[in-house]
Amino acid sequence: MSLRRPAKDQPENFEFNSSSLEAANTIISKYPRGKQQSAVMALLYIAQKQNNNWIPLAAMKYIAQFLGMPYIKVYEVATFYTMYNLSPVGKYFVQVCTTTPCMIRGANQLVNACKEKISPNESELSNDKSCSWIEVECLGACVNAPMMQINDNYYEDLDKEKALEILDKILKGKTPKPGSYRGRVNNEPENNRKTLMDLKNA
Amino acid sequence: MLKDKDRIFQNLYNDKGSDVTSSQKRGDWVNTKEITQKGRDWIIEEIKASQLRGRGGAGFPTGLKWSFAPKKVGSRPHYLVINGDESEPGTCKDRDILRFEPHKLIEGCLIASYAVQAHVCYIYIRGEYFIDGQKLQAAIDEAYEKKLIGKNAADTGWDLDIYIHYGAGAYICGEETALLESIEGKKGQPRLKPPFPALIGLYGCPTIINNVETIAVVPTILRRSGKWFASLGREKNTGTKIFCISGNVNNPCNVEEEMSIPLKELIEKHAGGVIGGWDNLQAVIPGGSSMPLIPKKNCETLTMDFDSLINEKSGLGTAGVVVINKDQDIIKCMARIARFYKHESCGQCTPCREGSGWMWRMLERMAKGEASRDEVDMLGDVTNQIAGHTICAFGEGSSWPVQGLLRHFKKEIEKRNNFKPTFDVDKGIPYLIDQHLLEKKDA
Repeated sequence: MSLRRPAKDQPENFEFNSSSLEAANTIISKYPRGKQQSAVMALLYIAQKQNNNWIPLAAMKYIAQFLGMPYIKVYEVATFYTMYNLSPVGKYFVQVCTTTPCMIRGANQLVNACKEKISPNESELSNDKSCSWIEVECLGACVNAPMMQINDNYYEDLDKEKALEILDKILKGKTPKPGSYRGRVNNEPENNRKTLMDLKNA
Repeated sequence: MLKDKDRIFQNLYNDKGSDVTSSQKRGDWVNTKEITQKGRDWIIEEIKASQLRGRGGAGFPTGLKWSFAPKKVGSRPHYLVINGDESEPGTCKDRDILRFEPHKLIEGCLIASYAVQAHVCYIYIRGEYFIDGQKLQAAIDEAYEKKLIGKNAADTGWDLDIYIHYGAGAYICGEETALLESIEGKKGQPRLKPPFPALIGLYGCPTIINNVETIAVVPTILRRSGKWFASLGREKNTGTKIFCISGNVNNPCNVEEEMSIPLKELIEKHAGGVIGGWDNLQAVIPGGSSMPLIPKKNCETLTMDFDSLINEKSGLGTAGVVVINKDQDIIKCMARIARFYKHESCGQCTPCREGSGWMWRMLERMAKGEASRDEVDMLGDVTNQIAGHTICAFGEGSSWPVQGLLRHFKKEIEKRNNFKPTFDVDKGIPYLIDQHLLEKKDA
């Protein structure tokens, strides 16, 4: 299990703004009547998005009331799933996959790049407070290893130089282009494709 | 090599676009109505005849699973749930289906829902695949617009609604009952079985759960007949499969190939060979991280299907092939996998929650040569105490890779960790093997 603790400094109040409220109501309508508890995961995402990429305890209490479920149940969910940030992270949140398939292709180089550019330790904000990074478990892009995720985007087929380039860009407040950084198309074997050539050449 | 015309996922590399018009050109949604008109029994029989086995890891026969759904809908509605919580290290096949072949999946959902009499289908996608999920959502919206799903979906007379439910970074939610708990808005902790989800599943209603790839191949099987599918591969291991080849190969890739393809052909032909040549190969993990590794000497003649890999005391799993060459430290690789399992254990059963951490810490020390001689057997003992003593298969999944390492690389570990135990057990001194790690971060 992973150890997860809520942040020490917590805001007093939290409330959905109008666009979050609308999104929340759409999501609740996806589930059968009386089963609105199912929406808790999506609502936590909405709260996280609204609140600069992290979920304060006040938001959990608010969601509990919103869905008519005990606060502890929301707290359980928020602390169980690792994609809910319980303490502030940067506006650009960098996640480096270091599980074995990425590790053997040099994911530790990406970790070094993050240490150089962002902060010496993970989950620490960079000097300008815009960026933070963590090591995560498999992100499911193993044939594009090593890779990292920045907010929602995947950056694939990296090495240290390319990672430094990307981090430079985000530190300047730009969003670099997601996808492969070796110029290959999706998950095809680079320069070695032997299947479905008719479609490729058509 | 499989002929191109027999490949189901023609758009695996997104040569032609994934929208509904280009999907229809590839044959999706062409005669969905005629297929459903042949009836539920015909669909299930055809899937049984194709000998399709679930692509999510366990390889359970799909037709059989569908036939477990109650024949008549009682007071409780039926549900179809698609498992797209692809988190097994080494596996990234479902992602390509979600983003490039979404209409195969949606059409499969309609046919499967019809076969098991479900009007609502939830597709559970791991939270990290948010962008790919958005692409699927766009395809679903498109399908609603063209009346391919919704009321009287694709003119079949069947009503179907499809919703996406995002996970939030928990590997364990790939286990089917944990996935149901997660959809119900709880912690993803697996349920005891029986009762099986086919009778008591989501919200206590009959639920059929299938992997993304399993459902996405269904329409093609029904169009081209179960016999065609069964003619590929070999008995009980039929059809095609998307293999993900990652690790130390020259061209890591996803490729759809026939079942029972020789591993060597897969690596040499499609993935451009092992880095440093075939002789530089150390071991291969054949089916995602939870399957025991196979050393080079067994890789020469190995064929990739469910049964032949079971004979090797491993498994096909999700067909995520991780190639490890001799430049890598195999103990370190396995220690990293053990750390993955330590991180992802849901914490419900004690053997797994505690044992996964023990295995990780022991392997970390073994990689550094800090373990004592007798700990090698102790590690094997720990794995046996976990496997089979937990509610779900995570216990096996976490201990099998370690058992595989011990089976094939025991000498290597012993060579590196060959000193006497720090404490003598006979003297009754408490054996605090992890004492020095407790001061470290993350222990």
